[in-house]
Amino acid sequence: MNVATPPEKLTVKDYASDQEVRWCPGCGDYSIVRAMQKALADIQAPLEKTAFISGIGCASRFPYYMATYGFHTIHGRAASIATGTKLANPDLDIWVISGDGDALSIGGNHLMHVLRRNVDLQYILFNNEIYGLTKGQFSPTSKVGTRSPSTPQGSIDSPLSATEFALGCGARFVARGIDALPKHLPEVFKRAHAHKGASFVEVFQNCIVYNDGVYDHFTAKDVAADRQILVEHGKPLIFGTDRDKGIRMRPGIIELEIVTIGENRITEADILVHDETNKSLATLLAQMESPVFPVAIGVLYCDPAETYEAAVHAQVDAEKEAYPKPDLNEMLRSGPTWTVE
Amino acid sequence: MEGSTAVAVDGTIREEVEDVVVRFAGDSGDGIQITGGQFTLTTALAGNDLSTFPDFPAEIRAPQGTTFGVSAFQIHFGSREIRTAGDAPDVLVALNPAALKVNLADLNKGGLVVVDTGAFTDRNLKKAGYEDNPLENGSLEGFRTIAVDITKNTLEAVKDHGLTQKEAVRCKNMYALGLVYWLYGREREPTVNWLNEKFGKRPEIANSNIAAVNAGHAFGETTEASGETSAYKVAPAKIEPGLYRTITGIEAVSYGLVAGAQKANLKMTFAGYPITPASGVLHSLSKLKQFDIVTFQAEDEIAAVCAALGGSYAGTLGVTASSGPGIALKTEAIGLAISVELPLVIVNVQRAGPSTGLPTKTEQSDLYQAVYGRNADAPLVVVAARSPADNFDVAIEATRLATKYMTPVMLLTDGYLANASEPWKLPDVDAIPDFPVEFLSDTEDFSPSHRDPKTLARNWPVPGTPGLEHRIGGIEKSYETGNLSYEAANHQKMTDVRKDKIDRIAGDIPNQEVTRGDAKGDVAVVGWGSTFGPITRAVQKVQADGHKVSHIHIRHIWPLPKNLGSLLKKFKKVIVAEMNTGQLITVLRSEYLVDAQGLSKTSGQPFKVSEVEEAIREILGK
Repeated sequence: MNVATPPEKLTVKDYASDQEVRWCPGCGDYSIVRAMQKALADIQAPLEKTAFISGIGCASRFPYYMATYGFHTIHGRAASIATGTKLANPDLDIWVISGDGDALSIGGNHLMHVLRRNVDLQYILFNNEIYGLTKGQFSPTSKVGTRSPSTPQGSIDSPLSATEFALGCGARFVARGIDALPKHLPEVFKRAHAHKGASFVEVFQNCIVYNDGVYDHFTAKDVAADRQILVEHGKPLIFGTDRDKGIRMRPGIIELEIVTIGENRITEADILVHDETNKSLATLLAQMESPVFPVAIGVLYCDPAETYEAAVHAQVDAEKEAYPKPDLNEMLRSGPTWTVE
Repeated sequence: MEGSTAVAVDGTIREEVEDVVVRFAGDSGDGIQITGGQFTLTTALAGNDLSTFPDFPAEIRAPQGTTFGVSAFQIHFGSREIRTAGDAPDVLVALNPAALKVNLADLNKGGLVVVDTGAFTDRNLKKAGYEDNPLENGSLEGFRTIAVDITKNTLEAVKDHGLTQKEAVRCKNMYALGLVYWLYGREREPTVNWLNEKFGKRPEIANSNIAAVNAGHAFGETTEASGETSAYKVAPAKIEPGLYRTITGIEAVSYGLVAGAQKANLKMTFAGYPITPASGVLHSLSKLKQFDIVTFQAEDEIAAVCAALGGSYAGTLGVTASSGPGIALKTEAIGLAISVELPLVIVNVQRAGPSTGLPTKTEQSDLYQAVYGRNADAPLVVVAARSPADNFDVAIEATRLATKYMTPVMLLTDGYLANASEPWKLPDVDAIPDFPVEFLSDTEDFSPSHRDPKTLARNWPVPGTPGLEHRIGGIEKSYETGNLSYEAANHQKMTDVRKDKIDRIAGDIPNQEVTRGDAKGDVAVVGWGSTFGPITRAVQKVQADGHKVSHIHIRHIWPLPKNLGSLLKKFKKVIVAEMNTGQLITVLRSEYLVDAQGLSKTSGQPFKVSEVEEAIREILGK
């Protein structure tokens, strides 16, 4: 009796290319690429069907380190190239890799449109609040007052919240992860992958050279439990070292507040339960800023809708069905013609 | 009008003429383009050769009655070969004072003016900027005139069909059409059929328009009977036998892209962004999805070219179309396509510039942009269409070269060719040779950098193929492995191979033919693109006087045909006529050290035959 050889299971290593990684030692990107390789191994993503498409910047070197298909494109345009690729072959599983400058500054327009169109791909934004590859200028997510080569007196522009931007653009899946949470991050990527449509993930990533420690105020080990909240659908929004802090709606006003369970007769029943299909809640969670609030991490919003490429191909298929075996010769002759003898 | 004799046809005495130029002009809401389209079809059915040119305002709904709201449609038809829409009209149909004011100066001396006196109200005269009525103050002296209250007569003709006043007035273009039909002995039946089909759901509108056509025609018969106006006959032209249709450049380029994709055995991913005068390509292809075409209206020009390139990356034919300002935005992504060596067809429907320039007016001023306009050494292929129908063939050629050589190809056409139409002898698409693309599937010794030793085209491994996973990008890559390489010698080699690949294409395109005339002589008039018509007619006219003048029209702008340099050296003098300040001439001088002289025009209007003719005669006289 013949025994079928079971398909070889791909391991984390199988997703790593043979190229030497050229990020600075200690860069948060290392942890993100590992998280990605783990996520892909967990879901056994076929190498040949997976494509990483990136723009320009430190993050955008990412495709070179993956053993899948990869396209390192031009500054800000990865979303547009990925849209064309997905339209041309909807069977491909596409990850767009971008940074805060690439995605929100030069590529802001394309990010907006890929999200509102709901093209089925995963858009991972590595946010380190700085331009790394060009040596440290402030970025659209830098805090006001950021001193950089181009802003020696401190930056003036108000920063943009990537997650709020994504929600505003109509993204149907919005999540956050942290480079320093290597167990949590692959789970976020897996959720993003499972969602049909444009999945937007902001990863808080530390730039060890130009913006070291910019997220320490909520990622450092000693404060993380009190300054982060890992949200999960259907679970109460509880956080804190003693798991006694919770988030609830402030009575009489559309605003969140932090309460302590056990104080002022507050019980767990008073705490908001996370509903990832509720866009208003997602928006409020996205707006929470440290240190007043904990920073919301995890899947803030997930509410699938028809994907763009499916709708595009439905139209193509309908035309193909209405005009089977189209003949160009016939088409050219379908209007008024005349014969010269 | 050239050549005329009197003949009697169908009871009407008709003066026979060789060719005629008629210009219909009116307010942009007067249905001028439809009138022109109907006259074109009927003229084609009558067996004349023809060429047309619409001239519409940039504003969609310009204020009624103003000079900048005038829309015009010119048709040149004849019993001989017709290659241009005509230098100057013999007949001007002016449906309002503004139309008369804008167009009268172009009319040939002794030409015929047909005016709607009903539109010459004080209000309209004022809007057109007339201080007094040109119908009464001698402005039309030296012209023949048919002054008729078209508005009133149309209202009268359609009054029994139950239209509103507004709808009834809109039939006046059909009255004017009927009158011009009578003037040239045209059949009304094709237009009657077209009206019945178009307004099938509103028979009262169809019947009113038909009544207007008939009333205009009847008016002609009446004036003829009274001896006020003579009618004309234009005999059928000697045209190559076959099945014909009329086609605009936009239609031809769209169908050509479909044919090209079929010949390459590829699906098409077309991405565009609305821009005048290129949007028509997006519109046409969006109606041809049954040919396995995905069309995508992107958020901007950059996204459009990027999506097209993404489509090529995935193994379809990526195509984008735009005009100069949009092409400028696409430039960086075109450089990426050159670097990663993927096929891409970029259609540039040129318009007058710089910047926004004159969006609805034509020019050929993007040749530098096409050939040279990118950062670094970034060669690509440039081809140019010479006539509306020629866009079909050139689009197929662009696709062939893009897919065979894994390179972007820019197809230059222009606003004139896009909107102009001409009769097209329908090709048998099945008889056009195929050039099927083969994707790489062999995983042995794989590198995305491996090239065909003859064409130097790199192989095309398409995502989705097991075992060919690889990374590409805009960073310089190793000639051998395709991996990133910052090595000096490798960059030299890659720069050389990118150039060499494009240069070698010269061996895969036809030798330059002499379009008209001998392969040596006193003067060669060199052109490219839409100057074809006026140059060839001008050369023909000068040749008729016994001069040794030839016309050379270049389709392959980059790389240039192999024999072009030696061909040009066989002429004592070379004139390069182009609708820019001298771009092809720079290329020719630089490539061949040829002492060419330029003939330049940048008025937003095509060359007149007479302008080219004068330039040739001038150089001959020197």
